[in-house]
Amino acid sequence: MALDRKIAFIDLTNGEIQIKPIPISMRKKYLGGRGLDAYLLYNYSKKGVDPLSPDNPLIVSGGILTATCASATARTHVMAKSPLTGLLGSTNMGGFFAPELAWAGFHHLVIKGKAEKPVYLYIHNGNIEIRDAGKLWGKTTTETQWAIREELGDDEIKSLVIGPAGENLVRFANVMTGIKNSGGRTGMGCVMGSKNLKAIAARGTMDIRIAHAQEAFEYNKRFIDQITSAKVNQTQGALGTPFIWGATNCWGGLRTRNFQFNQLEYADDIEPERLDEIATETVGPHHMTGCFACQVHCRGQYRIPSGPYAGKYDEGPEYTSQGAFGAEPGCTSAVTVLTGNHLVNQFGMDNLETGSMIAWAMELYEAGILTEKETDGLDLRFGNDEALLEMVERICYRKGWLGDTLADGGIPAAEKIGKNAFDYLIQVKGMNNLHSDERATPALALNVATSSRGSDHLRSRPAIDLYHLPEDVLRRIYSNPIPYKGPLSSEHTSYEGKPWMVYWQENCYMAVDCLGICKYHTTFLGATLPNFEDWPKVIYYNTGLEFTSEEIWTIAERCNMIERMFNLREGLARNDLKKGDTLNHRYFDEPCRRGAPDVIGLSIDRGKFNKMLDEFYEYKGLDKNGKPKPATLKRLGLENEPSRSL
Amino acid sequence: MEQSGKVLMINYEKCTGCRLCELVCSVKHDGISNPMRSRIKVMKWEAEGLYVPMSCQQCQDAPCMKGCPVKAISRNPELNRVEIDYDVCIGCRTCVSVCPFGAMSFNTIDRKVIKCDLCDGDPQCVRFCEVKAVEYVDAGDVSIKKKKAAAHRLSVASKEGAVLYAAQA
Repeated sequence: MALDRKIAFIDLTNGEIQIKPIPISMRKKYLGGRGLDAYLLYNYSKKGVDPLSPDNPLIVSGGILTATCASATARTHVMAKSPLTGLLGSTNMGGFFAPELAWAGFHHLVIKGKAEKPVYLYIHNGNIEIRDAGKLWGKTTTETQWAIREELGDDEIKSLVIGPAGENLVRFANVMTGIKNSGGRTGMGCVMGSKNLKAIAARGTMDIRIAHAQEAFEYNKRFIDQITSAKVNQTQGALGTPFIWGATNCWGGLRTRNFQFNQLEYADDIEPERLDEIATETVGPHHMTGCFACQVHCRGQYRIPSGPYAGKYDEGPEYTSQGAFGAEPGCTSAVTVLTGNHLVNQFGMDNLETGSMIAWAMELYEAGILTEKETDGLDLRFGNDEALLEMVERICYRKGWLGDTLADGGIPAAEKIGKNAFDYLIQVKGMNNLHSDERATPALALNVATSSRGSDHLRSRPAIDLYHLPEDVLRRIYSNPIPYKGPLSSEHTSYEGKPWMVYWQENCYMAVDCLGICKYHTTFLGATLPNFEDWPKVIYYNTGLEFTSEEIWTIAERCNMIERMFNLREGLARNDLKKGDTLNHRYFDEPCRRGAPDVIGLSIDRGKFNKMLDEFYEYKGLDKNGKPKPATLKRLGLENEPSRSL
Repeated sequence: MEQSGKVLMINYEKCTGCRLCELVCSVKHDGISNPMRSRIKVMKWEAEGLYVPMSCQQCQDAPCMKGCPVKAISRNPELNRVEIDYDVCIGCRTCVSVCPFGAMSFNTIDRKVIKCDLCDGDPQCVRFCEVKAVEYVDAGDVSIKKKKAAAHRLSVASKEGAVLYAAQA
């Protein structure tokens, strides 16, 4: 049964390991995955804990449906206090690690302490072993994975690892599995590095009995048909996430040259179709690959066609790499995008944060705030591909003054650089935004401002807001399972009804993260994909647990609230520019210069933004300062937290 | 004319490596998710992006059948498959050791050998594989499909050759 997977508490300081069952009562309150991780983080970390200290718990998990007969249950979630933001650290990745962890007997790992020397964990059919990683230290992410397989003589092992960036405590180092599946955001690789933990290797052959196998089997087929019949997923299956670029660059939704423009010109070379051509030429006509049991297969494969890394094999690039090594630094070469993507994958470093930090430094350089003295002679102008790739390496290995400074993350770097460097930094809660420009889309602006892990699109983005769906279609989607009677607008530049959409998406994404399935299998990029209506059946058939759609909604609300409670405990305040639910001044003060006619000239209206935020807080049951009302905590059963009941 | 019977045709170039076939095989047969229980298995070389699903070839002159000391393995001509009679099988794993494809597996939980049974004529791996890396086709058609693909490659190559020749001339 999925429900008999265990939780392990591992102390790397003294090597103690405690293995416990996960009570059904906890499943009913938090399901699993990210939701239960949030409970664990809030309960098993002390207020004000130093993110790089042994006391910061690193929590690794699969969802309640991981490796069951549901579609695309591949997601691994990792949580800790973030060394990048000082608030919630949370990251989610595809691949094959979480299913292997579940077959090895575990759903959640809570790792505390710090090993004296580099170690890795080997988890095999209910057992956990702490092993020496001396020989692995210094290796890249893929070298590490293959070396573990060789050492243990088992090619089926799946590992979650850090690369050199995690070892060097780059504050936005990621955790990785496979070639490019990355838990990129909030620096979870940095936390692993601080614990001297190089990798977690899993291998399992333990049964996960499906509660109602025949029903789960047939329902899964129906579910997969629904998912693969969506045009958006068919496009993703052909071009990967780069397909988004075609649309966003047209209408002016791309953050370009840090935040100066909202469209990248002369970018034919990094259009999705061009990247697809390169993949076809270098890998072959069937160059898409997928995560565990997923029929969307949105992950590209390629070899770098030319340049110093010519011939290197890698996966991707994702839409985010087009931004990080294209739009943001103002570079327009496919080879640069593919090389940058390869470097961050090998180093184990978040592509979004890396590209964004370098683009920020480029604007500072052009504005004269940084000079050749700080860059050690590097001509860090926009559009300088060589300087961009050189900086990626300097950040990973903390080379030179600027490399070392940028490796500490946006806010500390801004403080070190001084002057008004901070004003140029496109961040929320200390984490930089991806390369999307939300000045013309109030719903998306509210999403990045309120996302629990800092500026981010995967926590509550109502992406379908851009499709101009008829109002009755929107109402049908956003009234499930809780009827919504307020205003709604099909217009993406409108402020009407957007807070409810963001609030709904926040609960939707939390639910999928608890289940352990991918966001491409719910209402994210496709409006016809499964959500609250369908999940009770999937959960029941696979685990035997019964929920109503409304109950899943409430669980998602509860898990989001406990994330909020963690953030409030660690200093979140509504209008704090560094730790709040607000945006960089440029969103309000600098209008879009390019794009579609209805986008040019737009910026976010401060008054209307604040009204949206008030409304969003009200839906969440927060007061005007963004703190939960006592009645809300009571309704969600959180009035006695921390309860430490695991 | 005698029916040649259907077989699994694997086109590994199309495989995305997702292993959904392993999941559905294991759940279909045992009601359990565990790749160790799957009769089909995707072998991977992740560093090069190479994924190859492996399953029983239902050999005409099957080594497992020949090698079985108690004659527990036989050919079922109706379903065109090689099958195990578990009432006779003694679990000696000779079949595992003689299979040239590694297609005979040993399930260490139930302590028995397992192999593809073509789901009695409706292979679920085929039903679920959206990219058609695994297909269920008439045995005689496998080579026709391969011939056609090879012919296409040849014709493309000769056209490109002609263009090159014309350019040089």
